[in-house]
Amino acid sequence: MSKLQLIIKREFIAKVRNKSFIVMTFLSPLITVAMGALVYFLMKKNDEKVKKIVYVDESRLFSKEDFSDSKTVHFVDFSSMGIEETKKRVEAGDYYGALFIPAIDSLEILANSIEFYSKESPGISVMNALESKIETKLRNSKLTNLGIDLDKIASSKIKTDIKMFNFSGEESSKLINGLKIGFGALSGYLLMMFVIIYGSSVMRSVIEEKTSRIIEIIVSSVKPFQLMMGKIIGNASAGLLQFLIWGILIFIIGTITSSVFGFTMTEMQTSGISAEQLEAAKQAAGADKMQLVLQEIMRLPLLKMFVLFIFYFLGGYMLYSSLFAAVGAAVDNETDTQQFMLPIMLPLILGVYVGFATVINDPHGPISVAFSYIPLTSPIVMLMRVPFGVSWMELAISMTLLVVTFVFMVWFAAKIYRVGILMYGKKPTYKDLYKWLKYKG
Amino acid sequence: MNHLLEINNVVKTYGDYTALNNVSLQIPKGSVFGLLGPNGAGKTSLIRIINQITMPDSGTVFLDGEPLSPKHIADIGYLPEERGLYKSMKVGEQALYLAQLKGLSKEEAKKRLKYWFEKFDIASWWDKKIEELSKGMAQKVQFIVTVMHQPKLLIFDEPFSGFDPINAHLIAKEILQLRDEGATIIFSTHRMESVEELCDDIALIHKSNKILDGKLIDIKRKFRTNTFEIGITTEHKEQVLQLMKEKFEVSPADFKLFGDELICNVKLSNNQSSNDLLSVISKQGEVRHFVEKIPSANDIFIEAVSKNNSL
Repeated sequence: MSKLQLIIKREFIAKVRNKSFIVMTFLSPLITVAMGALVYFLMKKNDEKVKKIVYVDESRLFSKEDFSDSKTVHFVDFSSMGIEETKKRVEAGDYYGALFIPAIDSLEILANSIEFYSKESPGISVMNALESKIETKLRNSKLTNLGIDLDKIASSKIKTDIKMFNFSGEESSKLINGLKIGFGALSGYLLMMFVIIYGSSVMRSVIEEKTSRIIEIIVSSVKPFQLMMGKIIGNASAGLLQFLIWGILIFIIGTITSSVFGFTMTEMQTSGISAEQLEAAKQAAGADKMQLVLQEIMRLPLLKMFVLFIFYFLGGYMLYSSLFAAVGAAVDNETDTQQFMLPIMLPLILGVYVGFATVINDPHGPISVAFSYIPLTSPIVMLMRVPFGVSWMELAISMTLLVVTFVFMVWFAAKIYRVGILMYGKKPTYKDLYKWLKYKG
Repeated sequence: MNHLLEINNVVKTYGDYTALNNVSLQIPKGSVFGLLGPNGAGKTSLIRIINQITMPDSGTVFLDGEPLSPKHIADIGYLPEERGLYKSMKVGEQALYLAQLKGLSKEEAKKRLKYWFEKFDIASWWDKKIEELSKGMAQKVQFIVTVMHQPKLLIFDEPFSGFDPINAHLIAKEILQLRDEGATIIFSTHRMESVEELCDDIALIHKSNKILDGKLIDIKRKFRTNTFEIGITTEHKEQVLQLMKEKFEVSPADFKLFGDELICNVKLSNNQSSNDLLSVISKQGEVRHFVEKIPSANDIFIEAVSKNNSL
């Protein structure tokens, strides 16, 4: 076994045997699924409770149909009772709140004079629903007053869905655009997480070797460069293993929970949307929708995406973790790393921000393109752009720049690393690091 | 070839700081070579160059007649002053890993480790983590790791620190035995009594320069001052002392006898021999103590360093 392989093996085993790694690996998918299930359960529970809202309509504008009951909100007409009496009843009884619509002729004034009384401050979704009901009614009343036929308005509504093509004849749709955004965002985000978690793990491992003073023994047997690369590769292998286990575990646990509790994973993911919307979407789309999504996914350049994902994932990780290794070598303990962390974290975070802010709206705009060339942000930004179709020319520029920077950065990091690992005491400044670069051998 | 290691005109600078200024050393095969010097003199820089952890700016290093190259890593064993092991790794695994990094096969490493663990009576530690061991225990493991690949050249930097006298003695014995089996040993320490005990040759580095080197015995001869320690039992201490002061250069002594003797140091001039001194004092009383004051490694160290402080 070569020395590099020996180091990779040791780093991998040291990482994998670590208690926190084992706990993280097996507990976090469980926690993720448990959290999801909990949120879903609570929302379901919340939705099951019907809120009774009474209304006192002195304007006589509203009818029973305007306050139609939904699954979670029931309306009761207390108009005959008068507002003061109603308030007392609501306060004493089991009602959510009272809506008071005063008798005002002017619709504009009325719109700002409606009041709602409740024991506790009402939820935003309830208030939004009430406001939208009232707005619809008042708008319709106003249209009628202006002599416009409501039926004509209703029949004039047209829904457009522009079909999008690019010149190579690929059809595109909003659905597929959503999927592209999803894939891009997911891979960019994954890369950032991976870099942060495993990059700092490389850094900690370097610091550990320094503080335990074994470093001098190791570098008398291997080149510092071999040690650094061994660490980077060993930690990455442990990370990939962890990701793999997470994927498998989430799939297994998800399948089990969904069969036990009777809901599907898709339901869980969309549980943020209100129950009505979900119901409507399901009825509208049904099983065809799933098939459509699958079809659309198959139309994405999957192979290209996968290959590029691997390339940028490894490239980005290597680039950053060599910097993390250099930082670890430069300092004596983890608290001293702060000042050097900022320049590493900045491009990483910038990449994600640029990705979410511009790539999603304008995947081929100048900012997106520029940041997908700049090597420190390119792994994230380019990964987000890839599903939207990036020309081979652009990819070639971006990949070449990344490889060149990677080689330079590893050289740079190795220089800092080889000097830093044998330096103790004073916390180095940037000026010191610059001096280290000029040390020979 | 009687020199295992030849260091010729090595210069090493860190930025503006010169750590080694044109240092040359020859280390004889099969010797224990004391590499001495005050803190910050440049010993560690030199040791790191021998270990190929760093490269010299100029100058050459030859191991067994060949220019030092990465293939020599397996020929060198190094016990650094600031030592350590992976705290959360088990003793056995760790030793195997470090042995493999030095080029041993796993099977060979296991066999040799077994030998050493039994020799040091620590076989029961195999599955313990380093963090569970005491400092002295960890030092033993460290020693084994250093020597187990049977290198031609062993470099020990303060090997006795952290050991109690019994274990320090055990390690000293092992070092001498390794030398007798053919290994060459570079021994860096500030404990001068162990230099006396172990070293055949020494070199003294001070402020990045080599200021002294050679066989310890030759150096001692060079530093001899022709001074004798004497102790005489006599009734008339004052008169005897007075008489001696007329003939020789006498200074107060700092050694101890039984307490009732006249003791002093006597420095002879170039035309006086020890027999002259002996014949004078033998008439004054019973001579209980008569020994040439041989400069200790400690004396030589202090004298050489303070003489070269202007460097």
